[in-house]
Amino acid sequence: MNEIFGIPLPALLGQLMLGLVNGSFYALLSLGLAVIFGMLHIINFAHGALYMMGAMFSWLAMVYLGIGYWRSLLLVPLFVGAIGIVIERFLLQWIYKLDPLYGLLLTFGVALIIGGGFRYVFGSSGQPYSIPPELGGAVDLGFMFLPKYRMWVIVASLTICFATWFMIEKTRLGAYLRAGTENPGLTQAFGINVPVMVMLTYAFGTALAAFAGVLAAPTTQVSPLMSSNMIITVFAVVVIGGMGSIMGSIITGLGLGVIEGLTKVFYAQASSTVVFIVMVIVLMVRPAGLFGKEK
Amino acid sequence: MTDKTVATARPEAEPILETHGLVKEFRGFVAVDGVDLKIRRGHIHALIGPNGAGKTTCFNLLTKFLQPTRGTIRFKGRDITGEAPQRIARTGMVRSFQISAVFPHMTVLENVKVALQRKLGTTFHFWESGASLRRLDEQAMALLASVGLERYADMVTVEMPYGRKRALEIATTLALEPELMLLDEPTQGMGHEDVELVMQLIKKVSVNRTILMVEHNMKVVSGICDAITVLARGAILAEGDYDAVSSNPLVIEAYMGSEAAQLAGAH
Amino acid sequence: MNARKSSIAYVIGFALLLAAPAAIYPVLIMKVLCFALFACAFNLLLGYTGLLSFGHAMFLGGSAYLTGHALTAWELPTLAGLALGTLGGAVLGALVGMLAIRRQGIYFAMVTLALAQLMYFVLLQSSFSGGENGLQGVPRGSLFGLDLANDYILYYLIVVLFSLTFWLIQRTIQSPFGQTLKAIRENEPRAISLGYDVDRYKLLAFVLSAGLAGLAGSMKTVLFGFATLTDAHWNTSGEVVLMTLLGGMGTVLGPIAGATVIVSLHSELADKVGSLVTVITGFLFVFCVLVFRRGIVGEGIALYHRMIGEKYR
Ligand SMILES: Nc1ncnc2c1ncn2[C@@H]1O[C@H](COP(=O)(O)OP(=O)(O)OP(=O)(O)O)[C@@H](O)[C@H]1O
Ligand SMILES: [Mg+2]
Repeated sequence: MNEIFGIPLPALLGQLMLGLVNGSFYALLSLGLAVIFGMLHIINFAHGALYMMGAMFSWLAMVYLGIGYWRSLLLVPLFVGAIGIVIERFLLQWIYKLDPLYGLLLTFGVALIIGGGFRYVFGSSGQPYSIPPELGGAVDLGFMFLPKYRMWVIVASLTICFATWFMIEKTRLGAYLRAGTENPGLTQAFGINVPVMVMLTYAFGTALAAFAGVLAAPTTQVSPLMSSNMIITVFAVVVIGGMGSIMGSIITGLGLGVIEGLTKVFYAQASSTVVFIVMVIVLMVRPAGLFGKEK
Repeated sequence: MTDKTVATARPEAEPILETHGLVKEFRGFVAVDGVDLKIRRGHIHALIGPNGAGKTTCFNLLTKFLQPTRGTIRFKGRDITGEAPQRIARTGMVRSFQISAVFPHMTVLENVKVALQRKLGTTFHFWESGASLRRLDEQAMALLASVGLERYADMVTVEMPYGRKRALEIATTLALEPELMLLDEPTQGMGHEDVELVMQLIKKVSVNRTILMVEHNMKVVSGICDAITVLARGAILAEGDYDAVSSNPLVIEAYMGSEAAQLAGAH
Repeated sequence: MNARKSSIAYVIGFALLLAAPAAIYPVLIMKVLCFALFACAFNLLLGYTGLLSFGHAMFLGGSAYLTGHALTAWELPTLAGLALGTLGGAVLGALVGMLAIRRQGIYFAMVTLALAQLMYFVLLQSSFSGGENGLQGVPRGSLFGLDLANDYILYYLIVVLFSLTFWLIQRTIQSPFGQTLKAIRENEPRAISLGYDVDRYKLLAFVLSAGLAGLAGSMKTVLFGFATLTDAHWNTSGEVVLMTLLGGMGTVLGPIAGATVIVSLHSELADKVGSLVTVITGFLFVFCVLVFRRGIVGEGIALYHRMIGEKYR
């Protein structure tokens, strides 16, 4: 069988694969949002900008410093995580006592500063970033070619996602984190430095975004505009999944990527809106979100 | 199982509120565990129990701020288990909250008028002048007078001391003329004199109505309550009048330490 | 300030508006008025209901297109086109509101933002809206035989519409409905326990706000003769938040002050610094959130109270 509903199988699988790639980015980003929200009670509007920064920095590192993909994959998230620390120390820490809406507005401002700044310096045109030679080419499955880089993106993202899930749900460090979320005063009394934990959580979330950015660089045109709509889609993902569960974020992100990919095959016009339409449906039938725990 | 002592103090009035097997679970944690509550019309009924016993959760279930996991609630003979919280208020059961439930940046008078104005049927009229609410002033002042707050009518509520805010809450609740009033720790955090005042106030407003209150102060409980239900770890431990409950060994054990002493002392 | 003093102030303000075209280019004032109206409508929601919509551009943009289409393709008279835009905004507001109000606080903001993005893509892709180019060449039409192509005549129409709407918003804030909104904002659980069906009040506030934002968008189309995707973009949603925040949310005049500052800033800077405008906007956000949460008017009121020696929360 080579066709499904009149669509050639390789094309379908190709889009499925692309959907999984996008879904991996959604999963990484919404996971970061959920981790940050859990600890800081702030929705990090700057997440998309940090993702873009990840991609831009790896391109800059390549062009100006000769730092290649593999080293960027490690260094850029560390660097952006450090920027996260600066953001947290200089800005976010002053508003923890306020209504969480201020957090959204503040990080929106940060997103504008980063986005506008990069556009001012580097313009809006896209830059190519080449796939590392080890991951070039494709695997021939007989009926289709599987690009190696796409497989790598999916594997790497899922590994990081599950490692994060494991760390938060199954280790002592994660237990401290969860305790800090639920009862900061008590956790502090046990000798854990909550402010530092909060700072590192934000840094970790931003590093995740940057990691996604580095992974994305070879799959797209690297430009300051690459994130401008991303964050809104990720917000929709978060609304659909609900931020109560780490695993929920991962599954929702991947699932929506796939749905988006399949929509491209069957009804391309709707591919940019399908995530929002899913959101509308979820709001109608399950207002708290698929994995939500409100109320 | 629970040891139930039977209330004998008064001739039995019909129950205004009844629950059957009320259960609330939070992510596997059972906060309210099979509670059968029976509140008789005209009583001041106290719900007591150690911290975390599930008293506030019970209130939230009764007033439908939380949906019970299992069980039924009947109010005035009607099943209200599936009602929305705002509907509950309109059928005559009005609650207050453990932490102060005022509208802080409105004046004292406006606070009471918020409760009154819904009945005018103009609360959706965005085109109508605010002056149209003045016709509620007289009624609102009378309510304030009944709790001794008429002199503070124009004060912004945040600026009032704690005890008066609680009195204001009672006035606001009274504005709805509820048949059943639920008060969650109305004397918590008050000084000695304020406690006395609020206690007398509750006694006064209990005429022709039923009151269910959570209360830690045993002086208040022994002073004005007709019936007591003791909750521990979500389940009913004992029921009855003050004498019966306070001499119940299970209750004394559950309270242990200071509160047991308090119980015995007030006896 | 008592009611007499403030109504005198309003009369003076109105008189100044009537005389302003003598000194200032009327198109600029009209642009400010459109955005001021937009921000006032938004403030009704954020400042007086406590709901942060991060997608208000969808009402501005949606109605801008609707009115543009009505005036061009259906050749409706100008006033009817404006009315239709207002109505369209309100209807869209009802739909969006019913969905968004199912989620609270921060989620509400995200839902509105996402729905606005959906609207954006719909406008981008549908056939009537002219895609990337937007709707061009919308005629201003005429009113009672007066040709609105004349900037001065249009100016007085816009001033009248703005003043009426401003009055309506004022009235709403002080009405029994406004008082109920205030109670809900101050203590929602208590309002519920007093028998208020809070979601319906929030929904009505949302519909009113969306309808008036729609009117602002329609006026903008008539003024410039085109509707573009910028009107519906999330940038514009962010801008109206900033106008309200900078001017002072929950104050009557704040949104007008904020809109004036931001619109002037943009018309001063847009050509000179390019995307630095975005950076400046970002810094304004950060500044407002960290140290200027009362906004221009809020700080002004606080200063006034301090000068006359009164306590102000
Ligand atoms: N929304 C919730 N989610 C999870 N657990 C909850 C929730 N609300 C209450 N609980 C838990 O249920 C238990 C009972 O709480 P509740 O507030 O009803 O106690 P209480 O008897 O009113 O105590 P107190 O005397 O301190 O007011 C507590 O252990 C509390 O942590
Ligand atoms: Mg309690």
